[in-house]
Amino acid sequence: MGWFIVKRLTSLIPILFGISLITFILLHLTPGDPAVAYLRASHIPPADETVAALRVELGLDKPLYVQYVEWLGKVVQLDLGMSYVSKKSVWDEIMLHFFPTVQLTLASCILIVVVSLPIGIMSAIYKGKLIDQFSRIIAFVSVSMPAFWFGFLLIYFLSVKLDLFPVLGRGTFAHLVLPSLTLSFAYIGTYMRLLRASVLENLNEPFVMYARARGLRERLIVSRHLLKKSLLPLVTGLGMSLGNMLSGAVIVETVFAWPGMGQLFVTSILTRDYPMIQGCLLFMGVIFVVCNLLVDLAYSFLDPRIRWEGEK
Amino acid sequence: MLKNVKRQLLSHKLMMISSMIVFFMTLLALLAPFFAPNDPNLVDITHKLQGPSSKFPLGTDHLGRDILSRLIYGTRTSLGTAFLVMGLTMMISIPLGIYAGFRGGWGDYLFMRICDILMAFPSFLLSLALIGILGPGLVNLILAMVLVQWVFYARVIRGMVLSVKEQNFVLAAKVCGTSRLVIVIKHILPAIISQVAVLVFMDIGGVVLAISGLSFLGLGIQPPGAEWGMMINDSKQFFRNAPSLMLYPGMMILIVVVAFNLFGEALRDALDLRRE
Repeated sequence: MGWFIVKRLTSLIPILFGISLITFILLHLTPGDPAVAYLRASHIPPADETVAALRVELGLDKPLYVQYVEWLGKVVQLDLGMSYVSKKSVWDEIMLHFFPTVQLTLASCILIVVVSLPIGIMSAIYKGKLIDQFSRIIAFVSVSMPAFWFGFLLIYFLSVKLDLFPVLGRGTFAHLVLPSLTLSFAYIGTYMRLLRASVLENLNEPFVMYARARGLRERLIVSRHLLKKSLLPLVTGLGMSLGNMLSGAVIVETVFAWPGMGQLFVTSILTRDYPMIQGCLLFMGVIFVVCNLLVDLAYSFLDPRIRWEGEK
Repeated sequence: MLKNVKRQLLSHKLMMISSMIVFFMTLLALLAPFFAPNDPNLVDITHKLQGPSSKFPLGTDHLGRDILSRLIYGTRTSLGTAFLVMGLTMMISIPLGIYAGFRGGWGDYLFMRICDILMAFPSFLLSLALIGILGPGLVNLILAMVLVQWVFYARVIRGMVLSVKEQNFVLAAKVCGTSRLVIVIKHILPAIISQVAVLVFMDIGGVVLAISGLSFLGLGIQPPGAEWGMMINDSKQFFRNAPSLMLYPGMMILIVVVAFNLFGEALRDALDLRRE
């Protein structure tokens, strides 16, 4: 296990390096001069002298690779620069907005497991019956539904018409319900079907036959033997979805005015706050990679066969 | 046995319905000026937020524009953009994927490392960041989406080529001394093209969703153009009093995406059946 962790960690280094390189290059793709963009964002007319002075101040006069090394040195010390718009540290702003997004994502994960687990298993056991058909339709609609529209439908029917939940913002537990439902909806459909497929696949495995031969009750077979093995794809899938949920959160947070990373990101794009765009992308990229690493580790912990293959 | 036949029939029925919807929507997009009863961008404040009438079959929005006409023109924007994005992506992905898969070597190695890095980002976020750098707008949206998603398709196509190139008909062509270019065009491309088509149609619904999402965030087509995601964004302030403003564009997105997804699935099943 130790060797496997070391191996996975070392494979992370080139990826992280690549992420930093892409984020750095991205900022230099900006049409026009970053110094001019900075002045525009601060409402200072970009005269030639001020631009030249600022270029020196921001280090834009140095060769690109020097800029990259200096920038990377700062990033390692968690200094992502200053926002053009609010003039605050990008890292501080990200930290401020990160927790609400984590909260939203975790709540959605819990929702996904709680809803898709029972329905997925039931639709495998009662294959072709009503519940299976029902879950098939839900799955189809959920992947085709635009999240922002679903969010508005929920707001309209549950908040405005029935007054069950608060419309916007963050605060109490009730505020969390609609956004996490919106975020998790697409995944609930997918995982329901995924779980169904994996249960169906395992139903014909020898270990199930053996359990049946021993005369175990069907319920025991499912809960003791089948569930454990069928959960594996759900674990990997969920972990991989974490990163995509971060991106899905961009839209959901905009709909519900949830003060998270997604909103920060969209606002920085609309105000052309380049250091903030860069910082958010870098941060979310790293989070995504770390999530995938954790999933790999969890998977190899749950399924020892992966570990052996890695050591070969 | 009977169940199997029923399943096939059902899938054919779905295939029929979904391809009819896809066909109809494409027609709507192509002939938008014929179908739209009014000018979609004509602002008329005196008729704002009206209910359905004979002149405005689905009512008007907050600027007095005809909703039905905007929905119809929105088909054009959404489908046109989605097909353009997919087409451009394939123009990059197919040659690159074939090159990497067929030639191998250091080009393939470099390609795979680029994939590793670009796929380390959640793709929607990377598109967002690119639009942030390039600036909002339809052209930049298309550019951003293509630049981000070509990697994924190129990698899948590379995988397809890898499995095809070891098959006997390719080896036979090689033994005959056929040039590489001819092998690629005459043998490899026809062998993978149906799989690629399935891939495109399975995913085009997702592209429509992503485009409408980006437009909803205000990063896609700019006013006064009509796009479903943007229409929903516009209706945000009024949806308590005029919920239909938000309802119609969402329905359109849902119908189109469901139809394309069904169509893609049916296409995949049909092609699988033929192989058996």
